[in-house]
Amino acid sequence: MDLLLEAVYRHYGFDFRQYARPSLRRRLTRRLSLEGLQTLSGLQERLLHEPECMERLLLDLSINVTAMFRDPSFFRVFRTKVVPLLRTYPFIRIWNAGCSTGEETYSLAILLREEGLYDRTRIYATDINEAVLVQARQALFPLEKMKEYTENYLASGGSRAFSEYYVAAYEGAQFDRSLGDNIVFARHNLATDRSFNEFQVVVCRNVMIYFDMSLQNRVHDLFYESLQRLGVLALGPKESIAFTSHADHYDVLDPQNKLFRKAR
Amino acid sequence: MSAADHLVVVGCSWGGLDALSRLLAHVPQDLPAAIVVAQHRMHDASYLAELLARHTDWPVCEAEDKEPISVGHVHLAPPGYHLLIDGHRLALSTEGPVRHSRPSIDVLFESAAEAFTHRVVGVVLTGANSDGARGLVRIVRRGGRAVVQDPATAARRDMPEAALATGVDATVAPLEEIGPLLGQMITSHPQGERSSSHPQGERSST
Repeated sequence: MDLLLEAVYRHYGFDFRQYARPSLRRRLTRRLSLEGLQTLSGLQERLLHEPECMERLLLDLSINVTAMFRDPSFFRVFRTKVVPLLRTYPFIRIWNAGCSTGEETYSLAILLREEGLYDRTRIYATDINEAVLVQARQALFPLEKMKEYTENYLASGGSRAFSEYYVAAYEGAQFDRSLGDNIVFARHNLATDRSFNEFQVVVCRNVMIYFDMSLQNRVHDLFYESLQRLGVLALGPKESIAFTSHADHYDVLDPQNKLFRKAR
Repeated sequence: MSAADHLVVVGCSWGGLDALSRLLAHVPQDLPAAIVVAQHRMHDASYLAELLARHTDWPVCEAEDKEPISVGHVHLAPPGYHLLIDGHRLALSTEGPVRHSRPSIDVLFESAAEAFTHRVVGVVLTGANSDGARGLVRIVRRGGRAVVQDPATAARRDMPEAALATGVDATVAPLEEIGPLLGQMITSHPQGERSSSHPQGERSST
């Protein structure tokens, strides 16, 4: 597996060498059988000779299953504990890192609009994979998900009819285009790229679980650098800051929902 | 807290809460291992840790990503995540369900076999599906051991039966005997080196 990752990095520049091994092994094994191949070296050969195969693997490795208002309690606490802090700023910059197909990004946009803050907010939503960003920009999600998303939205403290935000179209639920007005979807690689702005909030939930400890620490360096003092870092509910090199630099804003505030 | 040299991975589904409670109540207090559990459950059933903690003196916690695996601890897969073993740490994943389950018992068992090889015991308990069967085969293939709840004692026998149907070399036992059995398996198992379960000379093979 090391050889394959090294070869992919040398040939394409995609660096998965510091991804957490167990998940990586599962995804490579799945790609192997989908390609009808027997060995990792066979997969390596096809990856290097067929860029289309690399595209398929890239999707395997970067698509994460997500949902709108996933973990409703996170969004509920974001309303009660983060929004009041944001009201004090004339202009708000949020980095949604590892945004995948945009479900979380649009959820944040809806929340901020309801709180009357969206007009002065810019959300920078980034992902390593251009294909998911193309999808995210369309703001089009499967209709059959709307029941789950509506329940999540209501549980998160949403007070309107969720159906106000989309129209049911032939291809799916088309979300209000104006929700995308203050979102910049852009390619950014957490493993290799640098910080590109200073933010009041960084939201990066269930992304670093796929990274090994050293890459996780690198990304924490990046977020620490990118947050302004008293800025808020939001992780997934089962992610911990305790095992990173920045544990002492943040105060805990909400322990269950993993909201931290840059203190020093 | 010290890092665990031995790992017990447990999978259960339908009837799992009762089965886990009875299993944990009989685990030797000084078992030199960590116990990691994948139970299929409803998304919001987050009180499992509290309920189980009534039956054991070991700390029972829902796993966090990159948390070290500690001796004398019960680590639970959080609902809605796969739980994997990454070296001596726990790792989570939000990949899609595997054969309709997240957490998937197979995913936990396969990663445990990879990380702990012969120092892992896989335990399949009650359940109404076949999750865990593949993972148990992987554990034994990598030198670990397998325990399956006696299907006759299980709330739902499908899962133990599916595990046994693979033909895997497993010890079959009722819940109350599994804890003591783990004690024997792990303490008769010197650290680092794999011990033969049938020492030479005990039985004549010629």
